[in-house]
Amino acid sequence: MLEVKGLRKVYRTGTREVEALRDLTFTVENGDLVCLVGPSGCGKTTLLRCVSGLLDPTSGDVRVDGKAVDGPPPGMAVVFQEYGRSLFPWMNVRDNVELPLKQKKVAKARRAELVEQSLDAVGLTGSESAYPWQLSGGMQQRVAIARAVAYEPQTLLMDEPFAAVDAQTRADLEDLVRQLWKRLGVTILFVTHDIDESVYLGQRVVMLSSSPTVVQDELIIDLPEARDQLTTRADPAFIALRTRVYEQIQAAKRNAGQ
Amino acid sequence: MGVLKRAGTVVALPLILFAGWYVLSAGSENFYSPPLSKILTAFGDTWQLDRIRADVLPSLLRLFAGYLLAALIGVGAGVAIGLNRRLRATVEPVLEFFRAIPPPVLVPVIMLFAGIGNGMKVTVIVFGCIWPILLNTVEGVRAVDSVVLETARSYGVNGTARITHVVLPSASPQIAAGLRQALSIAIILMVISEMFAASNGLGFTIVQFQRSFAIPEMWSGIILLGLLGFGLSLLFRLAERRALRWYEGLRAAQRAG
Repeated sequence: MLEVKGLRKVYRTGTREVEALRDLTFTVENGDLVCLVGPSGCGKTTLLRCVSGLLDPTSGDVRVDGKAVDGPPPGMAVVFQEYGRSLFPWMNVRDNVELPLKQKKVAKARRAELVEQSLDAVGLTGSESAYPWQLSGGMQQRVAIARAVAYEPQTLLMDEPFAAVDAQTRADLEDLVRQLWKRLGVTILFVTHDIDESVYLGQRVVMLSSSPTVVQDELIIDLPEARDQLTTRADPAFIALRTRVYEQIQAAKRNAGQ
Repeated sequence: MGVLKRAGTVVALPLILFAGWYVLSAGSENFYSPPLSKILTAFGDTWQLDRIRADVLPSLLRLFAGYLLAALIGVGAGVAIGLNRRLRATVEPVLEFFRAIPPPVLVPVIMLFAGIGNGMKVTVIVFGCIWPILLNTVEGVRAVDSVVLETARSYGVNGTARITHVVLPSASPQIAAGLRQALSIAIILMVISEMFAASNGLGFTIVQFQRSFAIPEMWSGIILLGLLGFGLSLLFRLAERRALRWYEGLRAAQRAG
């Protein structure tokens, strides 16, 4: 279980203080897929970096299975928004996926197996020896997802992973995430600014306010398990849910404007 | 055809210059600038196998020893300084000062401490060509993308693996730029240190020729030095292109995108 309790983050530069996160509390049960959605500039990335142990919060804490996070936890993998910067351009696809496994001291045979399986799972069989920059944006993000999957995490954090790919690729990758989540049983915390995406993907959507950020509202997405880009998005229930999320986000923006 | 054409473009100007030198100097009566034909004859006669063994080889060994040592120390210290902000703030002004000293000035000084043997020459080369390597490494390490570093951290790539698999490759284009500058400095310092005090080596031999008025031989030594420098930088470029193929590809992809 992933618990975020009273999380607060203040950036200090000289004498100026910027409160990015004010007070965030939410939990993600094991095996859940929860989407975090909020207006742009609401500190989503700051939150994710605190959760992943890359950034120390000013106060409050993050716990994974009851253990406080004070550095990147071993069972956690992160998929960053900037796939072009997060993949290592001096390594081919295989080495990119394999490097974290080497660090985990996974045996060689098992590493080869994991690399093959994970590339297969994201539909990139046969691209092992290509370099990331030889691939399209969507394919690069698939490599980043394969790297995360091969790491065999209990928790997968995704920071607006599809913000920089085109709409069609995005739909494919959304379905890929749903499919991997169901198959692997991992806990996924998916951060996005796209309201439709959050409703389409999540079991639950946590809405954030504008910065300084608090949890605005939470919503259970009671759509059928099997989701489809055409039928789900045309479902009146989907439309009702996205309207609710949209209203909350708008309310959050208005509150910030006051 | 493409390769031939490119080779042709590369060779054309040197050929024209040499031909011009050959024709213009053909009837030269000047003792100090003999005809190129005489220099070329002297080249063939002078640079025989035993002289190559006696003079060229020691020079090259000093050059490589100094260059490799400078590369090791420069990259090692550069990574340490680049990764540590405190250390950087402390040593950077000093580095800039040392870099500003023209290295040939140090030859007489280093002679006092290191004598006139190979140690002195290697020290001079190291001291002269370490700066571009060190400073470029520091800059390259500092410029490693923050997302790259965070990715490495979140996947537990720490310690030595972080340096060998992440920091060094990421900084390698800039390190290569430093190594390239350092190579030409190393050649210059090899010659200068041998001109000051030596009993063999290319710099020593050229000065000996000049002092004994063996002018065509002196010129032939200068041509040999030029060829040597050209050959070494060619080798370096080949090695660089191989090692940094990913970087060329990445840049081409970024330009196209």
